[in-house]
Amino acid sequence: MKPRRFNMRSLILNTGSSLLLPLLVLFSLFLLLRGHDEPGGGFIGGLVAAAAVALKLFAEDYKAARDMLRVHPLQLVGIGLVLAAVASLPPLFVGESFFTAQWWSLDLPIFGELKLSTPLLFDIGVFLGVIGTVLTVVFTLAEAEHS
Amino acid sequence: MLIAVLSCFILACFAPWLHRLGGRHSGWLLALLPASLFAYFASMLPLVSQGHSLQFAYAWFPGMGIQLSFLVDGLSLLFALLITGIGFFILAYGGRYLEKHKDLGRFFVFLLGFMGSMLGVVLSDNLISLFVFWELTTVTSFMLIGFNHEQEDARKKAHQGLMITVMGGLALMTGFIMLGMAAGSYELSTILYSDGLTEHALYLPMLLLILLGAFTKSAQAPFHFWLPNAMAAPTPVSAYLHSATMVKAGVYLLARLNPGLGGTDTWLLMLTLFGALTMLTGIFLASRATGVKKVLAYSTVMALGTLTMLLGLGTETAALAAVTFLLAHALYKGALFMVAGILDHSAGVKDFTQAGGLRHSMPKTTVVAVLASLSLAGIIPLFGFVGKELLLEAVLSASNWHIGLTIATVIANILVVLVAAIVALKPWFGAVVDTPKKPHDPDIALLIGPAVLATLGLLFGLMPFIADKGLLAAAAGAVYGQPIELYLALWHGINLPLMLSLSSLLLGLLLFKVWGGWRQLTNFMHSAEKIGPEVVYERLMLGMTQFAAWQTNTLQNGYLRNYLITTLGTVIIVVGWALLRVNQLELNISFQDMRVHEVAIAVLLIFSALIAVLVRSFLAAVAMLGALGFGVALLYVFFSAIDVGITQVLVETITVLLLVLVLYRLPEFRSLSSTANRIRDAIIAGMTGLLMTILILVITGARQLEGISEYFLQNSGPLGHGRNVVNVILVDFRALDTLGEVFVLALVAIGVYAMIHLRTGALPVTNSDRRAAFNLRRSQKDKAKADAKAEAEASAAASKGEE
Repeated sequence: MKPRRFNMRSLILNTGSSLLLPLLVLFSLFLLLRGHDEPGGGFIGGLVAAAAVALKLFAEDYKAARDMLRVHPLQLVGIGLVLAAVASLPPLFVGESFFTAQWWSLDLPIFGELKLSTPLLFDIGVFLGVIGTVLTVVFTLAEAEHS
Repeated sequence: MLIAVLSCFILACFAPWLHRLGGRHSGWLLALLPASLFAYFASMLPLVSQGHSLQFAYAWFPGMGIQLSFLVDGLSLLFALLITGIGFFILAYGGRYLEKHKDLGRFFVFLLGFMGSMLGVVLSDNLISLFVFWELTTVTSFMLIGFNHEQEDARKKAHQGLMITVMGGLALMTGFIMLGMAAGSYELSTILYSDGLTEHALYLPMLLLILLGAFTKSAQAPFHFWLPNAMAAPTPVSAYLHSATMVKAGVYLLARLNPGLGGTDTWLLMLTLFGALTMLTGIFLASRATGVKKVLAYSTVMALGTLTMLLGLGTETAALAAVTFLLAHALYKGALFMVAGILDHSAGVKDFTQAGGLRHSMPKTTVVAVLASLSLAGIIPLFGFVGKELLLEAVLSASNWHIGLTIATVIANILVVLVAAIVALKPWFGAVVDTPKKPHDPDIALLIGPAVLATLGLLFGLMPFIADKGLLAAAAGAVYGQPIELYLALWHGINLPLMLSLSSLLLGLLLFKVWGGWRQLTNFMHSAEKIGPEVVYERLMLGMTQFAAWQTNTLQNGYLRNYLITTLGTVIIVVGWALLRVNQLELNISFQDMRVHEVAIAVLLIFSALIAVLVRSFLAAVAMLGALGFGVALLYVFFSAIDVGITQVLVETITVLLLVLVLYRLPEFRSLSSTANRIRDAIIAGMTGLLMTILILVITGARQLEGISEYFLQNSGPLGHGRNVVNVILVDFRALDTLGEVFVLALVAIGVYAMIHLRTGALPVTNSDRRAAFNLRRSQKDKAKADAKAEAEASAAASKGEE
């Protein structure tokens, strides 16, 4: 039996994905950033972003998705872990205990107040970790199929 | 003080680079550290010899009451000076000895690390930090013994040493914790002088556990076998481990704890009994061995046994004898091991029977070897003599069993003289024997260590007050628990110990004359070794691996279905039992306030689950599972858990994607299981579902404590600066949990990546591969056929020829 290929190259999917992709990536960032107040957050945003890249994989092929991501997904996992772990450290420098949230407020000329915090940094770490993990699994499976 | 101990580890980190920098003389370069440490410790001599003890404390885990505290009194100072002093020579010596070894840089790392750990052990005042350093010596000595890691033998022996000392280490830790509990402090300086330890209920277990730790480390019978096996290490390591460090750690511990734990009948019995046994075993085996390092190693076992025995006696004389003997032994054993290394290095001699008459070609080495051996034999005027006299005196004045102990000591002494005679005479005097290498005196880096140590042995013997005034009295005082008034002297007059000494000297020399015959006579040991402790150890290790293999094969059978059955079955039994026993099942289910859309979703869920089980196509099953998941997500949304709902939707989406990717790798949908299996699976699945349902109903019905969600709801704004409670919990309140989960995710990613890549690496079955394999097999077959044909022809021709 010849192995069936999953890549059917549907025109509709192909066209649709090129429109959807930027939107999905933006949406994932939107979810990540608004997560503290509204439904969303790093985990959900990460899943959306990973799904976006996976969409590329299905619409075109493994190589296109790999090229779009540029880095190896395992590197994203590593970066995410480092960010999340680093977010636990700042309180130690101001004499508070490990992982206590720190908030800084910046006044930007046009946009108004910008609130930065260690939970945000942590959430970005989660975001990258989730993208990396899901895509590692997806890519690995796709690659195994590909070869 | 902290810097002094840590400097060894710090230097160890840079040793490979320094080694490259220093080239041929890197050993000398690195030896500067122990030299300066020696000077540092020596500067404490005046204070300590007046009976003061110095304490240094640094906070380590203040929350747990563990501090890094150091105690310098006579005993620890004696050890520290030995460790750094001999360490200086060993580094210089090792640098030259292993000059051409490709891993010399690594050797320095381990040796310096070991030195730092040893210093930590003898200087620690806190039991916990002592234990940490103790285990560090185990690990670093493992690295050192297995230094020639390309040889299987070295690996095996390093492993043996590690297993035995780690086992003892575990016991020791338990003992230490008990000791800390009993004394109410982990500081040795407090523990040793607290009253009532020996009457405490935990005294016996803690004593036995600590003794197990000390005995394994110091190679007391029946654990003595790992020590001679540790000779697989390069000779500089043996010299270091045996003279002043590793194996003495156990003895140090006993000496250190003597004021607190000693003096009881159990202590006396255990230590003198095992000590005397070890002493006799060690020296007996030494007298039979012929390998240079083996003989020395067994005589180290003897020395360790002697020290243990003396510490067991616990009298003033015994304490002084112990520290004197310890110093004497460190000096001559360090020197002799380094001489053994020279023999190997310069003449290729590893066995006493291979050598003779080397005094002509290696005169300087001969002088050193003879000097050190005389001290080993305990001949006047060397320092070994002082130690031996004190030993005999201590044994003679023992309160219990002094006759038995004296006889044992005299027998041991006779054999020590024999061993010393072998070492002092056999390779150097007599007829010249051809050696594998052309013998020559080594250069200064190799010779200076043994020369200085042997000379010190002579110097301290002639002028015992040098050693005595400074340090030994203080050290013996620390062992004894109060200052002692004794003094060392070379000449005690003609008395019983001297007579015993003399007679054992004569008998030992006589025995040397008939050494070959003695070895023949004791040949029965060959058969005895077959049931010795080493065999027991090996059986145990083998049994352990066999058990592990059996257990792994049984539990890890590789069938996902079996894992599931085991896991779910356990859950059903354990949780079900608890539910039935603890909770009278009171379920208040009311369908009153159910709304239409909820019923619809429930129906949808049940149907999709049923269909997923029944359909006969993978794709359909996946789709149905997806529907199930989305239904659950809907439920979340209806119960206003929007975040969870979104997550569920996304996870379902990605799960379906993954399944689609995997589906193509699965075989065609086939019916593989029998009906009986299916019924069994259905029962397990049904019971699990039922159990989970009941469990959730019980839990929601039986909430007794106020939930924590109220706190989160109230505080997410003020404390977390966020209105989305779920997210605030994830990234703030419970951030540590989330961090752990992200790590788990990373592990999963690496796991999947590794598994698939290893698999695809192992199974590259393409058509060209198959063809290649086929061709290979065919060519082999052809070749076999051709061979058979040729053979048949040859035999036919032969038979024709006969006709």
